[in-house]
Amino acid sequence: MHTFLTRGNAILAYTLSVSACLTFCCFLSTVFIDYRANTTLNTVKVVVKNVPDYSASREKNDLGYLTFDLQTDILFTHSILLHLTPLFNWNVKQLFLYLTAEYQTENNEFNQVVLWDKIVLRGDNAVLDFKNMNTKYYFWDDGKGLRGNKNVTLALSWNIIPNAGLLPSVNALGSHTFAFPSEYTTLRV
Amino acid sequence: MLQSIFDDVRRMNKRQFLYQLLSFGMIVSSALMIWKGLMVVTGSESPIVVVLSGSMEPAFHRGDLLFLTNYQDEPVRVGEIVVFKVEGRDIPIVHRVLKLHEKGDQNNTVKFLTKGDNNSVDDRGLYAPGQLWLTHKDVVGRARGFLPYVGMVTIYMNEYPKFKYAVLACLGLYVLVHRE
Repeated sequence: MHTFLTRGNAILAYTLSVSACLTFCCFLSTVFIDYRANTTLNTVKVVVKNVPDYSASREKNDLGYLTFDLQTDILFTHSILLHLTPLFNWNVKQLFLYLTAEYQTENNEFNQVVLWDKIVLRGDNAVLDFKNMNTKYYFWDDGKGLRGNKNVTLALSWNIIPNAGLLPSVNALGSHTFAFPSEYTTLRV
Repeated sequence: MLQSIFDDVRRMNKRQFLYQLLSFGMIVSSALMIWKGLMVVTGSESPIVVVLSGSMEPAFHRGDLLFLTNYQDEPVRVGEIVVFKVEGRDIPIVHRVLKLHEKGDQNNTVKFLTKGDNNSVDDRGLYAPGQLWLTHKDVVGRARGFLPYVGMVTIYMNEYPKFKYAVLACLGLYVLVHRE
């Protein structure tokens, strides 16, 4: 009865079911963890221009430029080091950090534009302390809604990529609201 | 070994053979039921997708499995990973939302732009000619869960059709012939 094939089959089936069970336990152990953390955001230089957007409709749209400061701090650590390392438990493979500008215009009730993002892998340096950073993506508005906009909110969020499990998006605590100047700049930026 | 299998078949009578056929049908139909049931629960036309490209590395590699939902009352937000279809392309694309503009009118018109984590530019070059934004109707689902490596099996099956037929033939034969 115990041929080579039946033994092989039994071993394979057992290995598969054990690894499936372990993966599920790994997922269960990290479902309810609170991944929030404090951030401190600030804008340094803010200007706005009105130029044609050749990547889209070629119409003249508002283009914002800004530089920002960013620091992160974990809720449950009281150390002076500001870092995201405690977010990495055994079921976190990668953090995808992104900085979002959220605002309202006449054209659109709700706008979100990602200005900057960063991939932090397990084992990478997870200390975030940036001064006077440039944005990574252009801040194009869908129209002319940036000039004189008094209420643009910057916030940092992260998307957690697990080894296996859910893909939660977490909003960091702490945001920064700033206003765009009421005149277009003519300077090159 | 083959000899014993054929002996088994020869020893079956008509009823036993019909029983085997029926149980084979049960397996196929329950698999179909699970898939269709998932479609109803998640609201997505394909609730499980296999990542086929490296454009989201290092988050998702080729062969990873994603579980999708597509609830209409949950708004799309920036930073979410959406799976969308583009006219003229058979394979859906898995990328992250980079920009989003919501009109806030009655139709709740939303347009958004996506980008792959591993790509240096946004997806406007991947969209249909003249298409600048995605809307709700392009979306197949939003990624909610992740399981690594499991999808490699289907990738191998699609790349080596002979392997696929061999596996299917073996499974079919086993179910039809196997007796407790």
